[in-house]
Amino acid sequence: MNKTVNPNDLTSDDDYGPLYAARKKVYPQSVSGTFRRIKWGLMAFCLGIYYFLPFVRWNRGLGAPSQAVLIDLPNSRFYFFFIELWPQEVYYFTGLLIVAAVALFLMNSVGGRIWCGYLCPQTVWTDLFYAVERLIEGDRRERMKKDKSSDPTRLKRISEIVLKHSIWLLIAWWTGGAWVLYFNDAPTLVKQLVTFEAPMIAYAWIGILTAMTYVLAGFMREQVCVYMCPWPRIQAALTDEWALNVTYRYDRGEKRTSVKKAIELRAIGEHAGDCVDCYQCVAVCPTGIDIRNGPQLECIQCGLCIDACDNVMTKIGRPKRLIGYDNDINIHRRQEGKAPVYRIVRPRTVAYSAIIAAVGGIMIYILATRSLLDVNVLHDRNPVAVRLSDGSIRNAYTVRLLNKSGYDRVIAIDANGPANATIHVIGVDSVTPDRPMIVIPRDSTSELRLLVTAPADSNPEKSIPVRFHVTDIGLGEAASATDNFVSP
Amino acid sequence: MTDHHSDIDSVTGTSTTGHEWDGIKELNTPLPRWWVITFYLTIVWAIGYWLVYPAWPLISSNTTGMFGYSSRADVAVELANLEKIRGDKMVALGAASLADIEKDPALLALARAKGKTVFGDNCAPCHGSGGAGAKGYPNLNDDDWLWGGTLDQIMQTIQFGARSGHAKAHEGQMLAFGKDGVLKPDEIVTVANYVRSLSGLPTRKGYDAAKGEKIFAENCVACHGDGGKGNPEMGAPNLTDKIWLYGSDEASLIETISLGRAGVMPAWEGRLDPATIKAMAVYVHSLGGGK
Repeated sequence: MNKTVNPNDLTSDDDYGPLYAARKKVYPQSVSGTFRRIKWGLMAFCLGIYYFLPFVRWNRGLGAPSQAVLIDLPNSRFYFFFIELWPQEVYYFTGLLIVAAVALFLMNSVGGRIWCGYLCPQTVWTDLFYAVERLIEGDRRERMKKDKSSDPTRLKRISEIVLKHSIWLLIAWWTGGAWVLYFNDAPTLVKQLVTFEAPMIAYAWIGILTAMTYVLAGFMREQVCVYMCPWPRIQAALTDEWALNVTYRYDRGEKRTSVKKAIELRAIGEHAGDCVDCYQCVAVCPTGIDIRNGPQLECIQCGLCIDACDNVMTKIGRPKRLIGYDNDINIHRRQEGKAPVYRIVRPRTVAYSAIIAAVGGIMIYILATRSLLDVNVLHDRNPVAVRLSDGSIRNAYTVRLLNKSGYDRVIAIDANGPANATIHVIGVDSVTPDRPMIVIPRDSTSELRLLVTAPADSNPEKSIPVRFHVTDIGLGEAASATDNFVSP
Repeated sequence: MTDHHSDIDSVTGTSTTGHEWDGIKELNTPLPRWWVITFYLTIVWAIGYWLVYPAWPLISSNTTGMFGYSSRADVAVELANLEKIRGDKMVALGAASLADIEKDPALLALARAKGKTVFGDNCAPCHGSGGAGAKGYPNLNDDDWLWGGTLDQIMQTIQFGARSGHAKAHEGQMLAFGKDGVLKPDEIVTVANYVRSLSGLPTRKGYDAAKGEKIFAENCVACHGDGGKGNPEMGAPNLTDKIWLYGSDEASLIETISLGRAGVMPAWEGRLDPATIKAMAVYVHSLGGGK
């Protein structure tokens, strides 16, 4: 038998520890200052766009949707102000994603986790939910006290909790509601939602997103950033020593001491750190960490500790920005008595900017020169070729014409392939021989059956390329597609 | 047996069941309460499910559930909805003339879509999925039409068929000249070579063209016409073109002349509704443009 081990005797170094750490609830304190104002502004800006953009109108003419931003799934169209994309043009989103990713890298190499601290939806909504919580239950100390000691059955406490969750749910519900408005005409859908005539799927999506917002912003909060999000791991690998991060300037802050002691030390001409160990930076932190421990994965770099520290420094009459956007290089330079250097322009940031400019430029070029007329051809496979009674050879093609413009077009079709071949479109009596013309309504596709017949004497041994050329006879816009002509 | 409640495992601090094997004791780790409650809830749910939905097989039927739900009824409702959606369009298709359908892009697209599906279900086994045909089954993509290639003629053939037994079906067949003793074997070989010569195919050495022409005139002209140009009234193929339903080589021709040919096209009237037959006619006509 093994020796018996008393569980109480185990230390954390042993193999038997608790497997999971319980969450330590964070109670961020309210704070005011520059970065708080920036965060409020960005929150209003981002949420304003998200909640109200579906109601912005854009005139595309009669019969076309008048919503500025609309993902029209039933008709497979994406509308963005003056841009209208068809399903085969989703590659534009690839470009958009590349630009978005590199922009994230650029932000990271300039100012650290700007995305996490100011723009990420998880941050924005959590911040909003905290604001509601603070408004109803009070600031850090009160909330801690209420959670710890107050009798949860008291009417006042119950009403507070109910009110808080009601407002949270209301915000969450509005978040889900705004989401579905991007997929349908917003005013119509709002009316349908109110009168319970909206499609079931709309209610389902509102439900899903309401639940997600409520759970992620109300309960999971910083755990999403710390445990779930891959970006903190990736960004650590993408950063360099020149990137500016929210940094505790320990060259100035250490050695920590009390206000009184510091004054005494300075009076006799000795060095004293500016940090007075007031823990305000910890109190305001939405992820509950101590920035003075240096850069850490949990820090989303929202800048609130800068505000908290600045307020304290002002009060005790010391210069601001004991915590600020800085890096270790400058801390060491200052310790050596040199002036700090800020290198925003360096190969990394230049490269990222260049990639953004290149991909963005290509996208703008493609978008500006994109053709509003297109043609696809599909050769018949069964049979691939037909011998006619006089010995001539016929190949049949399915031709799809795409008119992406907002007006009807008259299209003429030419086929250049086997010598002396004739072409015929089923259902179209050509006015001009061998040049069938058809009308394609605006914003639609037309599928045609096209027959190409080569005379008996042509008898091609191999397949011959055949080029289908379509021309808008009014505007001269043209497009073409190539396929093959084969013999039986 | 020891009182296992007081028997605490020293490593985990958990009570044991008292069972011991080779010095290893089984820990008593009860299920979490929520798990047990969930388990009982699933049982309650299952009982409710039995009551509400059809569940238990009986000797000749099954329990129907409280609300008489059946998935078949669901399908019926969905099919009815589908018919309702399609209804107007198919009515429009039924009302339009064949020529008008082909001229209206929307109706043409509908007829081709509908026709293609129905063709795949009903016609493809013989004619192939794209109407390419096979030996004895005409290629519907070419310009050679045994019973005529206009929209109306194609529709008539689909409706009533050929040699299908329907009163209005196309009748007329290739006679078995050899089997019935009308022609002697050497005459059959001669006329087969004559038929090959009509479309410019090479003939056997030493074959008597004059004799072939004579046999053809006496036996074949009645249906295939002077010069073998064929007759769509009787489904007699044109023998001067490049298209051969049963093959143009000498052996195939001898077989055709000796044993006769009488392929059957079924009548679809009554099996498919009139609008569908119309759609089919338009679809088949659009394959190769008809005639």
